[in-house]
Amino acid sequence: MNRVAARLSKAFVEQLSWEKDEPAWMREHRLRCLEIFERLPLPRFGPDLSALDLGDLTYYARPVAPVERLEDLPEDIRRTFQALGLPEAEQRALGGLRAQVDSEEVYRSLLRELRAKGVIFMSMEEAVREYPWVQEYFMKVIPPEDNKFAALHGAVWSGGTFIWVPEGVEVEIPLQAYYRMQTEGVGQFEHTLIIAERGSSLHYIEGCSAPRYSRMSLHSGMVEIVAKEGARVRFTTIQNWSKNVYNLNNKRAWAYAEARVDWVSGSLGSRVTMLYPTTVLLGPGARTENLSFTFAQEGMWLDTGARAIHRAPETSSRLVSRSVVQGRATSVFRGTIQVAPEARRAKGHMECSTLLLSPEARTETIPIIRAENEEVELGHEATVGRVSQEQLFYLMSRGLDEAQALSLIVNGFVSPILQEIPWEYALELRRLLEMSFAEAVA
Amino acid sequence: MTALAVRDLHVRVGDKVVLQGVDLELSSGVIHALMGPNGSGKSTLALALAGHPAYEVVRGQALLDGQDLLSLPPHERARAGLFVAFQHPPEVEGVKLREFLRLACAARGQGFCEFQKAFPQALERLHLTEFRERELHVGFSGGEKKRAELLQLYLLRPRVALLDEPDSGVDVDALRLIAEVIREMAEAGTAVLIITHYPRLLEHVPPSKVFVLLDGRIAGWGGPELAERISREGFEGVRR
Repeated sequence: MNRVAARLSKAFVEQLSWEKDEPAWMREHRLRCLEIFERLPLPRFGPDLSALDLGDLTYYARPVAPVERLEDLPEDIRRTFQALGLPEAEQRALGGLRAQVDSEEVYRSLLRELRAKGVIFMSMEEAVREYPWVQEYFMKVIPPEDNKFAALHGAVWSGGTFIWVPEGVEVEIPLQAYYRMQTEGVGQFEHTLIIAERGSSLHYIEGCSAPRYSRMSLHSGMVEIVAKEGARVRFTTIQNWSKNVYNLNNKRAWAYAEARVDWVSGSLGSRVTMLYPTTVLLGPGARTENLSFTFAQEGMWLDTGARAIHRAPETSSRLVSRSVVQGRATSVFRGTIQVAPEARRAKGHMECSTLLLSPEARTETIPIIRAENEEVELGHEATVGRVSQEQLFYLMSRGLDEAQALSLIVNGFVSPILQEIPWEYALELRRLLEMSFAEAVA
Repeated sequence: MTALAVRDLHVRVGDKVVLQGVDLELSSGVIHALMGPNGSGKSTLALALAGHPAYEVVRGQALLDGQDLLSLPPHERARAGLFVAFQHPPEVEGVKLREFLRLACAARGQGFCEFQKAFPQALERLHLTEFRERELHVGFSGGEKKRAELLQLYLLRPRVALLDEPDSGVDVDALRLIAEVIREMAEAGTAVLIITHYPRLLEHVPPSKVFVLLDGRIAGWGGPELAERISREGFEGVRR
């Protein structure tokens, strides 16, 4: 199966499962998801999805054959990866790298020492075929009933990363996956499942990009993380999808006792994004940090958020968001901290700031803080501001041109998040900001 | 040598014409003072020359080393060698002093290596070493902000420096330090204009030439004795 432009149907889902040589449980899971998808309505909140035609998508595409070495990839993909600095990063800063184009993995590497320690880093379908116990986890953190796109994802998912970190193993350098949407009008539905056993640690980084087309494409990935007792998982995503991409994701983690899960999300691209990484704090002492940076530019609607669900005593959460809105664009942040009756002495803090760069820019912050017991410490701050003319003039009076001055101010504004992302990405981010301001000023 | 020549400058702020024909010449390597009561237009002159968008030049000319300043956007005026120390420099959150100054020095054509060397020295000179990684002006006291402005002057080595009230809110020790740095800059060739309504700083940096600004015009000028006279008699003496 190289490309299936067929409409979404039971026959298509069965064929996909058959081609992937999946066990029966997965085929049944897919079919059940398809039924749920057909039953559920579109989300009743957030951005307008009416221009997204789910009947006009290519649900599976495999334009590039897998290779052993990055340099063996086709010229255009290779150049893209080079421009992103992936080959150097792989040599210098990464424990493993996966690259996926459209629906399938095209390249994968993992350091020998990590293999020796028993770390598993492979495509999701390989894991489904090789390890029957994957069934115990797959779409248990996010069930298909959760929302229409979770169900769609469950029916048609393809590719994605499976990571298993054995008990006590600390993966000190990050593992990274890069997702590229190459084919016009394609849907990408990768599924990422991370299981960090007791006392293990992992930093995983995702990057995403796509060339621009006039037809809409859909990215609807799912990430499920299970951080067992005392495990630490940091999940960093920097998406720079092109402006014809609908980016509707589901990301959720379970954090058991004393575990820590951090989400770091940079949303720079797409036409529409819906992204609300969630941590369910299941065990006493579990912690989560959720750092989000969005940069909404002309014509974009970035609807992001963060959720912390406290279900055990002495759990803590910190949600920080910085949004920058330029041109006629919309940025919405939905932050939720929910504390169950049994989550005594829980602590939660939410902090959202928005910087508006144009009079047409729109923003909304929707904080929801709900505590079902009294012994909690919860806080919330939100600010919305504009670039001050005094700051801008001051910086220009020191020789910085307008684009430099603007990007310095914006960089300063997002620095609490920028400090938390890997430096290659921070650098890339700065470059992107500068470029877009240079365009805007011109 | 004339570094800055201002001729017949008229500046409007909102619907008020604040400067009504200012003529002024600043010479390289010389310390000048611009004195005048509150509201006489001193800051307006500095901000208009720097190109602040709220200050509209309705008539007149300003030449820096013979180059027309007023047709340039603010950043090009700075690149040409104009520096204004602000009376109230704004706080810029998240932007480190070092990072900002690296860009500012690069805009003045200074290389990265040069900056790496000059920056620690400048910090030390202004007693600001512990401010290296601090965010620009964030949480600085009034006096620290003034020293940070002087730090920039020291690093950027401009042709012309307009210092708007560099002594307000500054204690005696910092005042001496600021005076020393201003003298050093003049010795190195910068044309300095100290803008003040209060002669205290001028006792530490005696100006060679003093201009008095009253009601938007230069009402008089003279040598250092003029500053002393104002100190004794106030601005009304000059008006007569």
